[in-house]
Amino acid sequence: MLKIKDLHASVDDKEILRGINLEVKAGEVHAIMGPNGSGKSTLASVIAGNERFEVTQGSIELSGEDLEEVSPEERAHKGVFLSFQYPVEIPGVSVTNFMKTAINESRKAKGLEDMPAKDMLKLIREKSELLEIDRKFLSRSLNEGFSGGEKKRNEIFQMAMLEPKIAILDETDSGLDIDALRIVASGVNKLKSKDNAVILITHYQRLLEYIVPDFVHVLHNGKIVKSGGKELALELEEKGYDWLKQETAV
Amino acid sequence: MDLKDKLISSFMAFENNVDVEHPVHDVRMAAIKNFEEKGFPSKKEEAWKYTSLNSLQKIDFSIFPREENTLEYKDVKKYFLHEIDSYKIVFVDGIYSSYLSETTHDGVDICLMSAALTKPMYKPVIDVYFNKVASKDESLTTLNTAFSREGAYIYIPKNKMPKKPIEIIHFATGNEASILLQPRSLVVVEENAEVQIIERHQSLTSNDTLTNAVTEIFAAKSAIVDFYKIQNDAATASLIDNTYVDQKDKSVVNVHTFSFGGKLTRNNLNFYQNGEYIDSTMNGVTILGEKQHVDHYTLVHHMQPNCESHQDYKGIYGDSSIGVFNGKIIVDKIAQKTNAFQKNNNILISDKASINSKPQLEIFADDVKCSHGCTIGQLDEDALFYLQSRGIPKKEARALLMYAFANNVLESVRIPELKTRINKLIAKKLGVNLGFDL
Repeated sequence: MLKIKDLHASVDDKEILRGINLEVKAGEVHAIMGPNGSGKSTLASVIAGNERFEVTQGSIELSGEDLEEVSPEERAHKGVFLSFQYPVEIPGVSVTNFMKTAINESRKAKGLEDMPAKDMLKLIREKSELLEIDRKFLSRSLNEGFSGGEKKRNEIFQMAMLEPKIAILDETDSGLDIDALRIVASGVNKLKSKDNAVILITHYQRLLEYIVPDFVHVLHNGKIVKSGGKELALELEEKGYDWLKQETAV
Repeated sequence: MDLKDKLISSFMAFENNVDVEHPVHDVRMAAIKNFEEKGFPSKKEEAWKYTSLNSLQKIDFSIFPREENTLEYKDVKKYFLHEIDSYKIVFVDGIYSSYLSETTHDGVDICLMSAALTKPMYKPVIDVYFNKVASKDESLTTLNTAFSREGAYIYIPKNKMPKKPIEIIHFATGNEASILLQPRSLVVVEENAEVQIIERHQSLTSNDTLTNAVTEIFAAKSAIVDFYKIQNDAATASLIDNTYVDQKDKSVVNVHTFSFGGKLTRNNLNFYQNGEYIDSTMNGVTILGEKQHVDHYTLVHHMQPNCESHQDYKGIYGDSSIGVFNGKIIVDKIAQKTNAFQKNNNILISDKASINSKPQLEIFADDVKCSHGCTIGQLDEDALFYLQSRGIPKKEARALLMYAFANNVLESVRIPELKTRINKLIAKKLGVNLGFDL
């Protein structure tokens, strides 16, 4: 589904990704772990099409299509979703209205009519129940005054509404207490299917107890330095990341 | 003949049509004398550093309309807040349109300045309030005073509140080649009374129009006044709006200025706090494009202790538009415990757009809280990416961010239908249809 080949990316002429190779197939869950500054969030941003980063080499393909010239909104229409580490506050625009706009823009891009209000309400109800989100919450301004946990839950609610092919969850576990983590993880698990895929970007192994990955990759200095099964996450938790630095130094 | 000479020589013709025996005419004569001495302000004056009236003075404006023009309601309905019931004071080319208006004398007076300036029953109010807070030496204000004859007259007696908001609309039809309008309005809100006013200047023509308006607002003890100025005029319409507010103890006056249109707009908004525990609010949203120019020049004079003033002006400037914000706050020595806050935040969305923002604080008291902040920036790229990553195209994403930026000012609009209408104007101005009413 997602094929990343020798991806190099930089910001302000500083290279951050230095040759990433990664293939994610439908139905799989991949975890990307690594120390701070290793390039995890940059990788997430670049897949979603953030124009702040310049792809200098390599390619990203989604279902066989090269994404190089594809804008962030078109990537979203094609099924890429990024759950942000720091979601943006939009005063004056309710969660509901924001989702209506997002869904209808995506439908418009596919040549479809706006979703009928009745269907939209039904969808919103269904997905908010999945994430145990209060109805009142949906009429609040997007992310404005939300707690850290509410923001993350709202990100996963948006993912549920948009039903992406590939969802990248950037540090979705940070700032979540254990109850919120459980709700978010169970939401993600329910949304998982054989037709979609998930990339979890995380610093800690904690989230992976709830969303079990098929593959774990370790990112360091802009490269995947180690890949393995879910047991690799446990190993990392035990050993920390210091061994990486030694290994790369050698 | 330049515009100043033309105006001065027109004054004699004007005198043929007004009651020169009325005491108000002495006020007019003093005013024309002041204007004759000072003339139009030039960029050499600090207060007009960023706004030039030179090109306007070259236009051959008609000073008085030659004929009475009529408009059909269906053609101008969209300029009214027709979603709700309102009193209406409507002028067409400076002449009162009884057909489009809905005035009242039922417990309150919502009518015409021409009546107030001529009928004896209004004389006690005119004697006390007319030209009492408006400047007697600022040249454009005195120009308006000299020709003052018509405009809105609103008198709300003690403890009263009109049943519905009041709309004041000035239409220019363009049947004259180019026209100069000088409406003069007076709003007196007595003790514990309340009023909501929406004001709009609307040109219906591609001919040049220039409006030099003066509005005096008096808020007595515990009175509440909400005044909304909707400036979304045609690209050939220029406006100099001079508004003077006099407030007594515990009164609350909020003036909102929404500037989306017009060629050149200058808002001189002056608040004088003549009492204690007064609250004055000046909020503005300015969204400009093309070569539009808006200059907000505000003054709050804190003359007594324990008062507050709040200013929040948001500006979004595109194309080659120019914005100016000059906010002057004076706190007299006696005005201890003053809280004066001023914010001016701007976004430039084009390399050619510009904003000049200048706070001016003169504080003579020592126990006060005063703050001012000015920001000029671009749209946040990360926020834009967030919206785009949800499938929202760049143009719509930018519009949502701009809307969010101006939101707190919109939230303070207390007439829900007006808020909806302004949201629609903003969406239109930003060229987007977001699929829901903002």
